[in-house]
Parts: sequence; structure tokens; C-alpha cells
Amino acid sequence: MINFLILPILIPLITGVLLIFAAKRIMLQRWIAGLSSVITIMVSALLVQKVRNDGIQTLDVSSWEAPFGITLVSDMMSAILVLTTSIVAFACLIYSFWSIGEDREKFYYYAAFNFLIVGVNGAFTTGDIFNLFVFFEVMLMASYVLLVLGGKKAQLRESIKYILVNVISSALFVIAVAYLYSVVGTLNMAHISVRISEISQVAQPGIITVIAVLFLIVFGLKGAIFPLYFWMPGSYYAPPAPILALFGALLTKVGVYSITRTYTLFFYHDIGFTHQLLSILAIMSIIVGVIGAIAYWDVKKIIIYNIIVAVGAILFGISAMTPDALSGSIFYLVHDMIIKAALFLLAGIVIAIAGTSDLHKISGLIKRYPGLGWTFFIAALALAGIPPLSGFIGKLLIVKGGFEAEQYWGAGIVLMSSLLVLFSIMKIFINGFWGTPRAYKGEDTVPVRRMMIAPVILVAIAVLYGVGSEFVYPYISQAAETLANPNIYIEAVLKEY
Amino acid sequence: MEILMAFVIGILFMSATYLMLSKSLLRIIVGTGLLSHGAHMLILTMGGLKRGAAPLLGEHASSYSDPIPQALILTAIVISFGVTAFFLVLAYRAYQELGTDNMDRMRGTEGND
Amino acid sequence: MKTNDIILQTATKVVLFIIVLFSVHIFFAGHYTPGGGFVGGLLTSGAIVLLLLAFDMKTVSKILPVNYIHMIAVGLLFSIGTGAGALLFNVPFLTHAFGHVELPVLGDTSLHTATLFDLGVFLVVVGVTMTIIQTIGEDE
Repeated sequence: MINFLILPILIPLITGVLLIFAAKRIMLQRWIAGLSSVITIMVSALLVQKVRNDGIQTLDVSSWEAPFGITLVSDMMSAILVLTTSIVAFACLIYSFWSIGEDREKFYYYAAFNFLIVGVNGAFTTGDIFNLFVFFEVMLMASYVLLVLGGKKAQLRESIKYILVNVISSALFVIAVAYLYSVVGTLNMAHISVRISEISQVAQPGIITVIAVLFLIVFGLKGAIFPLYFWMPGSYYAPPAPILALFGALLTKVGVYSITRTYTLFFYHDIGFTHQLLSILAIMSIIVGVIGAIAYWDVKKIIIYNIIVAVGAILFGISAMTPDALSGSIFYLVHDMIIKAALFLLAGIVIAIAGTSDLHKISGLIKRYPGLGWTFFIAALALAGIPPLSGFIGKLLIVKGGFEAEQYWGAGIVLMSSLLVLFSIMKIFINGFWGTPRAYKGEDTVPVRRMMIAPVILVAIAVLYGVGSEFVYPYISQAAETLANPNIYIEAVLKEY
Repeated sequence: MEILMAFVIGILFMSATYLMLSKSLLRIIVGTGLLSHGAHMLILTMGGLKRGAAPLLGEHASSYSDPIPQALILTAIVISFGVTAFFLVLAYRAYQELGTDNMDRMRGTEGND
Repeated sequence: MKTNDIILQTATKVVLFIIVLFSVHIFFAGHYTPGGGFVGGLLTSGAIVLLLLAFDMKTVSKILPVNYIHMIAVGLLFSIGTGAGALLFNVPFLTHAFGHVELPVLGDTSLHTATLFDLGVFLVVVGVTMTIIQTIGEDE
């Protein structure tokens, strides 16, 4: 079956289309969406195993040969990320069943949800720089719909800002692709890498550096790195919990993945400038994120600022460009997708119970909801990277790689940030879950038990991911090997080179 | 020709930036339209301007124009068509809901609702 | 205020069919020459918009009782189905088949599955354009 790697894109796409027909029948929609999500998880798990056994999978769409047509490439990194995306999507989906409300469900919520997954999986899988842009747009279009669905005033206002920022960054993406095309004359990522190597034999020409920085701006806007994160806290604050979890876990990570891909495959010839810049921005993101996370007294805002910290830590690993740091980054990337989704979903339950996200007005939840409290506690520890939970190994490898690359300051800041992240997330735990229990209006109508299913699954996966890192590590190191050695990728895509 | 195109693109970007910095939502949307036009022109120019046969037809022309930039532009036009349409509908809804198209007044005081 | 739009209405009744025919022509021309589903779809939706301008929303939805959102979905199914058909033959996604077929009336005709893909595009474009225009236009 040579079309195997397109199935994680195709299944949600067909599901999304079918769900348009079933818009008014909610139970049918839930069943279709849930089933297709499970199938997607199974297919992507098989894909990971296939890549593990047979090496990188490629597909020349429409039978046009590699540098001329659009190629889909599934190396270990993209396969792992597709699997993680499917799992996170499944969790957000079943959480939505009991929390999103009938109005949204009748208004193509599940269809837009599936189209978002199409965009994310496509962006992870594609091997063509312009096709990446197209999948970005699919993903963004779906995210506009999800963001504005419900039509509250705050949502409308934030959507306008969000769309404007993304329209500008899309235009910059097109411009960057145009510049790149004029220099290398190809769009296939593997072929671009070959051409850039040819022209950078003596030294990397200045124009390539300009293009590298332009790509950093474009993807940095999506991935919310310093100083381009300004749109995120506002826009992510507006939508309800499952959508927020989806955005926080997936959308920024697509930006991070794209930076990783371009900076390891294209622009690795002159790491003195571009990767130095990336490393400085990553450290600044960590610092700004930590400041935000500590300063706010709002459950959602604290976790949103933690996204920026995680993005910074991952990108710091990428910028170090040593095998250890790269494996650490991939490890941490997967960990962060799972644990952020879990935390946002748990925060969603807290907000649903308390009716507010202001920490001053929440306290003593653990008395009535011990399960919720302890799940949150484990998730918080995992986020901060307490061994043996999943955040630990990723951070350890990133810091180790940072020391190997002689970036002592950066590695130190990554370490310090763990402590402050722990502080910021424990602030939610101490203030929200400890203290005197209060009575909240309408808390009895919240189906806490059912809503707990999704975050418990995610936290369990995160724990297993950390405890079983011995089992996971070969996969991660295979992914990092491809990143560290672009020739593997190039040979798999352009067979004759 | 490239110089002329460069100026045209520059003017498009300039007007787009000016429009996007204004307060009226409609002007901002027109600005995003101009921005994507500028980007499309840029792809065309970057692909290399030359006189030649259309890329699709015949096999006897002495020089071909590169079809890839045109395909990219077509794709980008379709996408920006979709985004602009969505943006317009959203602006219209926001105008109905919030009663203003002025970005300053849209900021609102409710803050964290 | 009641406007006098008899000229527009009469002209529309004639022009509408010319535009629709031309859009069909453009749609099929896309097989080998410039044209195709996207342009054809835009032309058709242009014709429907002209109808909307000349008459009103209610009349038009009586003439064309189409759910445009379903039309988008049908179009997408056509396009995806054509692409996914390749999976059955174990060739890469979106690989098309073509050939010459001897048809009873038309004689030797070149047929291509890409036309079905384009038909999907056509339907999506008409559906999307009309949905947008209906959304903005219907609450006056």
C-alpha cells in the first residue's frame, strides 16, 4: 500500500465532508467523528511502525516524479507528530461531546475540527514548501471557524486580530517562498536542500540568510516565539476549553515543526548567524513566557504563557544542533503536545465548575473533586519536568545538548525555567485546589466525571511516555538522526541523488 | 521590466501597510487584499519575467514561460479569495454585534468576558 | 420604495443563459486549454448573482432550491473521491486515468478522470461563492 502515509490526512478530510451532511444530527456526528478519529490513531501508529521498519516513506502525489510534483514525506519525526496529533485530537473530541454545547455542534463544529486535523497532519507530512503553505492555510481557515464559532463579542474581536495577524504572516510566507524559488528554482524541500548546498559550498550567500530569517519570522508568528507572540494570549483566551486545547497543543507546534524542518534541512550551512539568532529568540521566549506565567492570576493565561516557555525550550534544543539536543527537542515537543492538551482540558473543567478563570475566586476544589485535583497535580509535575515524568527526559537532553554546544547561559536558563514553570503551575494548584471549599453556582450541572475521561487518558499517556522512555527512545533517536543528517531525507525523496 | 515591477510591488505593499494601520475595519480588509496582490506580483517577478509561449500549449515555441509561479499564484489567489471572503463576513457580523467598525472602539471594556 | 427594474429583469432572463452556457464551455475547455472548474464555477455564480440583483432572494431560492453548503460537500466528495479512487489501484493519490473512447453520437472522445475532479471544483466554487453572498445578503 504505497498510499499509506496520506491516510492520516485523507481520513479526517473525508470525515469532515461527510459531517457537513450530518450537521443537524448530533449523535450521528459524534459517532462518525469518534470512529474516524480512532481509525486515524491506528493508521498513524502503523505508519510510525512502518517508518521504523522500512525507513522514510515518500509518495509522489499524482505520479509526478519527485522534484517536479508535490511529494509527501513521512520521516520518523513527522510520523511521530502525526500520531501525537491524532491522539490529542481524539482526546479533545471526546471532551467536546460533553462540554461544547449543541449550538456549536449543529454549526459544523466537528467538520471544522476535522479540517483542522487535515491541515495539521498535512503540514507535518508534506515535503513541498508551497504545499506546506497550503496546509497551513487549511489549518488556519479551520481555526478561524473554530475561534469565531459561538459569536460572542470577545470572540469576534479576537478573531479579527487573529485573522489579520495570520493574513500578514501568510503574505510573508508567500514572499519568502518567492525569494527562495528565485534563488534555488525548486519547491521540493529535499531538492531545495541540495541546491542550497551547491551554492553554499564556499560560504552561505547573504540572500539565503535573509530567506532563513524571513522563514523564522513567518513560522515564529505561528509558533509564538519572542517577539512575535503578542497575538497569542488574547486570541487563545477567547475560545472554550477543547478548542483552546487543540490550538495550544497543535497550532503553535506546527510553527515549531516548520522552523525545525527548515533550519535542519535548508539552513544548516552557516549556523553561526541564523542559529545564534534562533537561540537568542528561544531564550527570550522562555524568559518572557515565564514572566507572564508567574504574573497572571488567571488559569487560562498561566497555561497560555507556558506554551511560550515550551516553544522556547524546544527551539533552544533545535538551535544547538547536536544529536542529543535534537532528540531532546523532539521528545519535549511530543511531551508538550500531550501535556498542554491535558492541562487545558483540566483547566476547562475547573472553569466550568467555578464559572470563572480568576484564581482569586477559586479555592478548595480538591475537597469535592479529588480526582480532578490529583490528575492536575500529576500533569503539573509532568509539565515542569519532574522525573520520572515525561518532561524530564526531554529537558535533560536539551540541557545536555546545550552544554555540548557550549551554550551554558541558555542551558542554565532552560533549567531555571523549569523551576519557575513549576511555581507558576503550582500557583494554580495551591490557590485553586487547596484552601477553604466554596460553593459555586451551577457546579452540579457540570458532568465532571465524563469530562475527566479525556484528560485522564492524556495524563496516563504522558506518564507512560515518561516511564517508558526506554521503549520510546529508539524512535526519537531515529527522528533526530534524520534531522541531524539531511542526506538521509534527501536520498529518500530524490532517489537518484 | 523588473524595476517597474519592483516599484509596483513596493507601492502595493506601501498602500497595504497604510490601509492596515487605519482604524476602519473595511480599510484593513482592503489592505490585506492589496498585500496579497503585492505578494502575488512578487512571485511572478521572482519566477523570472520573459516573453514566450504559454506553458501549456504546443511543443514548438522557442521559449517557455515558467508555469510554476503561475500555478503558485493561482493557488495563492484562491486562498486569499477564501480568507478575504471569510474576513468580510466576519467584519459584517462584528459590525452587527458590536455596533462599530472602528478598531479603537471595538476594544471594549468588558475585558475578560 | 419600489424601483423600476424591468429592463434589468428582462435582460437577465436572456443574459443568464448566455453566461451559464459560456461557463459550461469554459469548464470543458479547461481540459486542454485555459479554463476549468474554478473559472467556470465563478462564472456560474456570477450568473446567479445577476439573478439575485435583478430579482430578490426569495424568488431566486424558489427557482434554485439548492442547499449551497451541501453543494460544497458534494463537490468536495467528487474531488476527493476522484483522488482517492487511485488508492484502489495502488497508484499514488490523485493519479488520473485517461484515454480515448468511441461514443455512439460524439465519435472518438478523449475522456479524463480529471474532469470529474474539476466538476468537484466547479461545485465547490459555486457553493462557496453563493454561501458567502447569501450570508451577507439575507438579513436585510
